[in-house]
Formats: sequence, C-alpha cells, structure tokens
Amino acid sequence: MGGKSVIIAFLCRWCAGAAADLAGVSRLHYPANVIPVIVPCTGRVTPRAIVEAFLNGADGVFVGGCHTPSDCHYMSGNFKAFKRVYLLKKLLKQYGIESERLRIEWISATESQKLVRVLEDFVKEIEGLGKLLR
Amino acid sequence: MDTEKSPRIGVFICHCGRNIAGTVDIEKVVEEVSKIPGVVYVKDYVYMCSDVGQKLIADAIREQGLDAVVVAACTPSLHYETFARVVESAGLNRYKYELVSIREHCSWVHLNREEATWKAVRIIYGAVAKVSGNKAYDPIKASVVRRCLIIGGGIAGITAALDLANAGVEVVIVEKSPTIGGKMALLSETFPTLDCAQCILTPKMAEVARHPHIKIYTLAEVVDIEGYVGNFKVKILKHPRKVDPSLCRLCGFCERVCPVEVLNEFDRGLSTRKAVYIPFPQAIPASYVVDVENCTRCGRCVKVCPTNAINLDEREEVVEEDVGAVIIATGYELYPGEKLREYGYGLYKDVIDSLQFERMLSASGPTRGEIVRPSNGEPVKTIVFIQCAGSRDDNHLKYCSKICCMYTAKHAMLFKERVPDGEAYVFYIDIRAAGKGYEEFIKRVQEEFMVNYIRGRVSRVYQDVDGKLVVSGVDTLSGKKITVKADLVVLALGMVPVLDPKLASKLNTPLDEYGFVQEVHPKLRPVEVASSGIFVCGVAHSPKDISETVTQASATAAKVLELLGKEYIVREPLIAEVDEDRCNGCRICASICPYGAIEMVEGKARVNELLCEGCGVCEASCPVDAIRLRNYTENQLLNTVRAVLRGVV
Repeated sequence: MGGKSVIIAFLCRWCAGAAADLAGVSRLHYPANVIPVIVPCTGRVTPRAIVEAFLNGADGVFVGGCHTPSDCHYMSGNFKAFKRVYLLKKLLKQYGIESERLRIEWISATESQKLVRVLEDFVKEIEGLGKLLR
Repeated sequence: MDTEKSPRIGVFICHCGRNIAGTVDIEKVVEEVSKIPGVVYVKDYVYMCSDVGQKLIADAIREQGLDAVVVAACTPSLHYETFARVVESAGLNRYKYELVSIREHCSWVHLNREEATWKAVRIIYGAVAKVSGNKAYDPIKASVVRRCLIIGGGIAGITAALDLANAGVEVVIVEKSPTIGGKMALLSETFPTLDCAQCILTPKMAEVARHPHIKIYTLAEVVDIEGYVGNFKVKILKHPRKVDPSLCRLCGFCERVCPVEVLNEFDRGLSTRKAVYIPFPQAIPASYVVDVENCTRCGRCVKVCPTNAINLDEREEVVEEDVGAVIIATGYELYPGEKLREYGYGLYKDVIDSLQFERMLSASGPTRGEIVRPSNGEPVKTIVFIQCAGSRDDNHLKYCSKICCMYTAKHAMLFKERVPDGEAYVFYIDIRAAGKGYEEFIKRVQEEFMVNYIRGRVSRVYQDVDGKLVVSGVDTLSGKKITVKADLVVLALGMVPVLDPKLASKLNTPLDEYGFVQEVHPKLRPVEVASSGIFVCGVAHSPKDISETVTQASATAAKVLELLGKEYIVREPLIAEVDEDRCNGCRICASICPYGAIEMVEGKARVNELLCEGCGVCEASCPVDAIRLRNYTENQLLNTVRAVLRGVV
C-alpha cells in the first residue's frame, strides 16, 4: 500500500460495524486502505484514540455509529461521540490539521450501501488532501 | 498494569475455503503475523470452524501453553460463540480470545490480492494488541423471570403464546385493537387447502382466552421497556374499552340504541357499525367496546345495559409487567391502495383491495358471502384481479410480498365456484407459487376453473358511461393491447410492516429499509434480533403466509423456552469497573451513564453490575482514567490503533 492514504474507521458493533458485515455478505466493494476498528459504541471512542491514529500514520479517521436520535444500542452514545468529534475537529484545525480528515456518520445495520458510498467518498476526499504531513 | 507478563498468543487463520484464501495471501499473512512480539504460534486451516479446525485450536492451547487466542476468520456474529466454546474446552477463559473478521471486512469487500493481504495483516495486528490486554472474567449470573411478552395478537402471537403457555411459561399478549385474531380473522378461506380461516383460528383464540397462563391486554400498546435479557420491565398503556368484559353478556342492547353509525374497519369499510360494537362475534375478549373517537357520550347504552358493564368515564391507564423475553409479532397492513391512482382505488367504489374481497367472500362478511358490486349491490359477472399492485415496483414497494399470487388464485377459484358463469381475469408479472401444494393449486385454478391468466401489467382502470370498469393493459406474451370490461376489480396489494420505529428503537431492534425487523442471521439465528431476549415472528419480520408464520412463531417459542428454561442467565461480564484508588469522585461517569448504573458510594463511583450494559461511555469521559470497560480499556484501544498502523509512518 506504499504511498496510499491510510484510514482508520472506528465502527460501532451494532450499526456501522454490522453494516460492514452486511457489505461483506452482499459482496460490495470499497477501498482497502480503510481499516476497521470495531468498538462497542461510538461513545467509547476517546478523542485521544483518534489523535493516536493521526499520530501513528492515519491520514483520515472515520467514526461510524447508529442513527440519531434513537437508534443507538446504548441509547445516547452516538450523541456523545458527535460532541467529541465536533470539538476535536475544531482542535485539529488549531494544529493545522484539516478538520475534514475526521468524519462521523450514522449508518444503520442494514445500510451497507450507504457505508460503502460514504467510505468511498471519504477516501476520495482524504486522497485529495494528500498524506498528512507529520 | 495491562502488561504484567507478556502473554503467549496463538493466532489461527481461516481460509474459509476460497472465501478468504481466494483474495488474501494466507502464506504471507502467516509470515507477517509470526513476527509480532508475543505471538508464539500461528496456524492456518481451510475451515477453522470445522471439527478438525476446532480441535487444532484446542490442541494448540494445551500443547503450546497459549494464554491468549486470536481467530481471524468471519464476523463475530457468526462464530464468536463457536470458538469461545473451543477455547473454554481447552481450559482457557473465553475472554482471553478475540475473533476478527478478515472475510466480511476484508476478503469479500476487496478484489486486489496485495491490498487485501496488507489489510488482513493489519486487522490481525489490532486483534493481537487487544487480546494482549484482555483479562479473564467469570460470567455474571442473573435470575430469569419466566414470563414472556408478545407484542401483537394475530396468528403469530397466538401460536407463540399457546406454545409457551402449554410449556408452563406465563405469557402477556399486548394487542392494539379491541380483539386478538389479527388479519387472519378477516380471511374467508386459506390457500391451498381452503380451510375456513375462522374455523382454524377462533378455537385457538378461545384457547388463548381461557388459558390460565395467558394474560391479554387489548386496546393496549407497549410504551416503554427497560432492563435486559431475562429481566425486562415493560410499561403498557391500556386505552379505555369502557365496557367491562367480565360483565358484558353480549346481549347487544347497547348496539341497538347507539345513534352513531360509522364505517366498520373489520369489514374494511364495506359495512357500518355503531360506536359501541363488537368487532366480530367470536372476538376475544368476548365483549363490546366503545369507540372513543366516535362516541358522543349520549349515555343511552349505559341506561340499557342490563349488567351495568358500561362506564363512559373509564380512563386510560399504564400498567407494568415483568418479563424475561419479548416476541415481536406486530404483523402488517396492506400497502395503501390510494397511492395507485392509475387503478382508481378510492376513486371507484368497485375497485377494492384483497382484504375487502376476503370480507366479501366470508360468510360472516358484509354481503354474507355474496359477490356484489359495492357501488350498487348488483351481482358481479366479470372480475379482474391485478397482481403485484404496487409491488416489485421502484415507485412503490421494491419487494415481492410473496402471498399475493396464491391468494389471488384462491380468490379467482372462490369466485368461479360462486359465479360459475362468470369470467375471471388475472393480470400477473410472474406466478410465484413455491410451497407445498402451491403450484398444483395454481394449475387447478388455471385449468379446472378456467380462470384467464394474462401476463402483463395494467396501465389504467377507468369507468365507462354505463358504470362498468374498463381495465386496460398489455398482454406481454402476445404483445397485444387488452381491455376488459369488469364489474369488480380487486387489487392484490403488498404487505407493509406496522411496527412503530419508535417502539423498535426502545426494543433495540434494527429495522431494514422497508421497516421489517432485521434478524441476526437468516440461517443461523433467523428469529433472534441483535438485542438478546428479543425475538421476531410473522410478517413483522418479512412477508410470509400463514403456514410460514405459524412455523416461525413456534420457532420463537422454542427459542424463548431455551432462554427461560434456564435456572439463571449468564450476563456478559465485560462491563465497567472502577479503580477506587484513582477515582476522584467527580461524578462525570454517573451523570453520563445512560443506564443509571453508576452510583457514588463514599465519594467513589461504583458500578451496578446488573444494570451496566458495557457501552464504555463512562471510560471515554473519565478525566483520571479510573473507570474502565473490561477488555476495552483505553490502553487496549490505543494499543490497537498503534498496532493497526504499525510501520505506516
């Protein structure tokens, strides 16, 4: 994968992660430079984990959770993730990192096509931005 | 703390036949994974889930002294449990194992071998990093309430209720309409055996009513549910019936004096009823009901009721029930015919839907089984059935409702039996008659009953000057345009699910794009939903006929019995825990926990292990790293991220 962008995708186990399972079962295709990290809930994703991904070579970080307002398996983890991502995007900008490199999306367990569409779009955007210079 | 002693990790890589090995270079993966520090044993096998593969893992755990295991194969929703049992059988704690998907998340979604191999290796890097931090835990035991809630009192709910109650489980049925019976109670006869629907259904309804283990709430809805598998607390809103079923003697005096007349929904608007009414004579509970929306509160019924059963001041109330499992059996409604303007539904009285035609065919229906034109009551000589009305159509329902081919054939047959000199036409796209005795049934209708089957779509239905309906379409086999002058047109409308998405969300039940309940796996766990303790049967799951619904309902009953038959249930121990030395008592976790599972005891947070669901939101918000989600600790997450990206910069 030399030279290609690398993207970490934090996917919650119940919605976006299940959509990734379904994408597989349906044999949909998306770029291989997206590496999934399955978490119980997007509310479990700390800003620190996202920063750690950027520090260790990720060019983009994707967070995929359940639809707001009420699809979250744990009731409100998605809202918490949204607030954290919102604040972190502002902070990233302060450090000269394009806030577009971090994206959060709501994808239900059955929306495998949406997952693929969104990931393709995100990869395109990150590749447009180029490698994150460290 | 997480690295007291570096563990001896074994990694097992599955080929899944060619499913993984076809895209991922297994040899290369083995080579790369073997280099990871801590990994002392790597083995690949063609089918890791097979007996041989399972034995391979168990033997390696014993022989190599492994104390952590990663299996890289398919998604955990498929085989997490399979390998967890293998790991346990070899004497290793099940939480010292991780299953990662290099199939669904890798080989099935990528085509380039080199890229897929690169990614598979990284997925395994992440899993190895995570498992290194995993600790052994014992499952938490919790008691089980041996009661089951069934939402929906149609044939699905009734079947499941009887199966469960006969096995000694207490059942609570919540039905939104005034009677149980559901859509099946509306039907005349059922395909392909032509059993009278009422004759099969009503004895079952009566059995439900007198069963000592079954409690029925009609005119009721589930408004809230909390708790977890084995111990749910359900809030049920009971709308007022205003007639006490224990006092009602079904004398019907109330109905005679009631001045209000409205369309009868049970006859699908083909007849009228009073504001105090009984949906149909065999309704359960066997009692009249006051239609709150249309009642004028004139009080005449109250005066004539000989048993003082009517109380117009009755209010709605909320009751609570404790249950251990929930079955969703909420069924369907027909696709709204009004959306098919080209067929004139809602515009012409003589264009009706299939359930209206069922009522017309029924001996207890609005016409006592006579097939007449709703517009003027004259007999029907020519009838047209339009199949796939709004189905398999990008503008309406994309899916096939599965039962319409069969019930239309039944309709055509029953029409020809009652009107032997009449003409019946069926417009169809394809005939789908897969089922025991189904194809034979269609053949009989076509050949013996001389029903005209026309392959083609109807473009429009309109009325001519003498009031007849003109059905105009194309016969796609001959390519000719066809017009039929009909007395009655019946639309075979598809089925749409009616489960309220808000309720689905309270039940943590995922719905598909059409609103049908999504099962965990169509073949391995077809009646379970992602939240444990919740099951689904009937059309709430997908379009299906009565036989399939009944089969599925019994399947849910079996799964509920499996669950509630246990002395106690095992809850995942992967919940939050507090490091009291670090906790500074800031209360952020307690305020953020969606389950109220964290309480402050002597200035320190404490997790209630029966309430915690293990989401980890508390850990992500703790400023001093004092609260941790077991086996998903912050260190593990950071190590996973680092491992996945090993060598990228």
